[in-house]
Amino acid sequence: MSVHGSPTSAELIESVREWIERDVMSSTEGRLRFHSRVAINVLAMVERELAMGEQHDVDHAARLATLDMADDAEFAAAIRNGQLDDRLDEVRAILRVDVDAKLAVANPKYLA
Amino acid sequence: MSQDLANHLSALLDGAEITDLARLSGGASRETWRFQADGVDRIVQRQRAGDDRDMMIEASVLAAAHDAGVLVPALLCADAGTDGTASMVVGAVDGETIARKIQRDDDFADARPRLAAQFGTALAAIHRIDVHAVPGLEQTDQIARYTEVMDELGQPYPMLELVRRWLLEHQPAPSEPCVVHGDFRLGNLIIGPDGLNAVIDWELAHIGDPMEDLGWLCVKAWRFGQAPPVAGLGEYDELFAAYEAAGGRAVDPDVVRWWEVLGTWKWAVMCILQANVHLSGAARSHELAAIGRRVCENEHDLFLALEGRW
Repeated sequence: MSVHGSPTSAELIESVREWIERDVMSSTEGRLRFHSRVAINVLAMVERELAMGEQHDVDHAARLATLDMADDAEFAAAIRNGQLDDRLDEVRAILRVDVDAKLAVANPKYLA
Repeated sequence: MSQDLANHLSALLDGAEITDLARLSGGASRETWRFQADGVDRIVQRQRAGDDRDMMIEASVLAAAHDAGVLVPALLCADAGTDGTASMVVGAVDGETIARKIQRDDDFADARPRLAAQFGTALAAIHRIDVHAVPGLEQTDQIARYTEVMDELGQPYPMLELVRRWLLEHQPAPSEPCVVHGDFRLGNLIIGPDGLNAVIDWELAHIGDPMEDLGWLCVKAWRFGQAPPVAGLGEYDELFAAYEAAGGRAVDPDVVRWWEVLGTWKWAVMCILQANVHLSGAARSHELAAIGRRVCENEHDLFLALEGRW
């Protein structure tokens, strides 16, 4: 439980997103309307990350640990220098799940 | 600002009367304005000092493309500027550049079935441009170039590293270099009711493999959510057949596919780069920031494109 109490950061962001959807979108057009739409998408993305991000990080770290990798920086470097060349099936399987997790936050509709 | 620009344009265009000056778009280093000079529609692109791309080279590519029979706007004036801000004035071309409208609006219903073939014909003309007609155009190794960009940005992207390895290990045999547009896709093509009216935005032109342009046109991001592989409008065969019929080199679909994978990888790097334009403070924009989170869309597309090809 956060010391900051209620409303939570997720609820605050949701309130701003709803205001843009309800009031801003209906009274804007053209470029400003487009940028309002982008703002809604960004806030919705942050809401999804607040809901799922922590679990994603835990799962991601556990997957990397199966390859003895501490983080993405080490993982990326190992792929580039060939250190994981004899385990590429595992590398691809891990990356597939990572990409799905990232899409679930960034743009879940993309998988549809 | 706009009065200063109007005076500048008038001076560039032999004292023409400048009216209806309106900005169409603007980025960190480049902006586009529409205006009338003595009552005729014109477009000016302005590039601020400090940009590493040379607008004078772009102007010479445009002129060479015109000479090679490519549909391009007429080049009216290119000026390096005394304060480092370059200007290029071209004739305005009627039509639409917004992908969503070209793909869906009734105005383009007759044009749509023709476009994939017209793009093939246009690319064959581009690749006929005399490489010696455009001094200063660089031959860039795309993998090396965008690896350098990734390394400068310094953020780890394991999936992009894996695809980079695939690209290096499956590189097609080198071909006779030619002038490559470098960004041939909806958004940079002016489309009218009958089809392609002009190829614009030559700022990424370089010397390279002609198949780069064909592959880039088929990158999934440039299908804008539609199913057909060529710009979301047509099939590979239509593009390849028209390209070859118009004098383009024989197309090996596997080579085009390699360039499509490279293009998807490169667009992922460009997304990181665009977010960094915001993060670095060069141009603060939530739109640019959000593009940084589109990298995973490209990573997903790369998995699709490499299915069965690893």
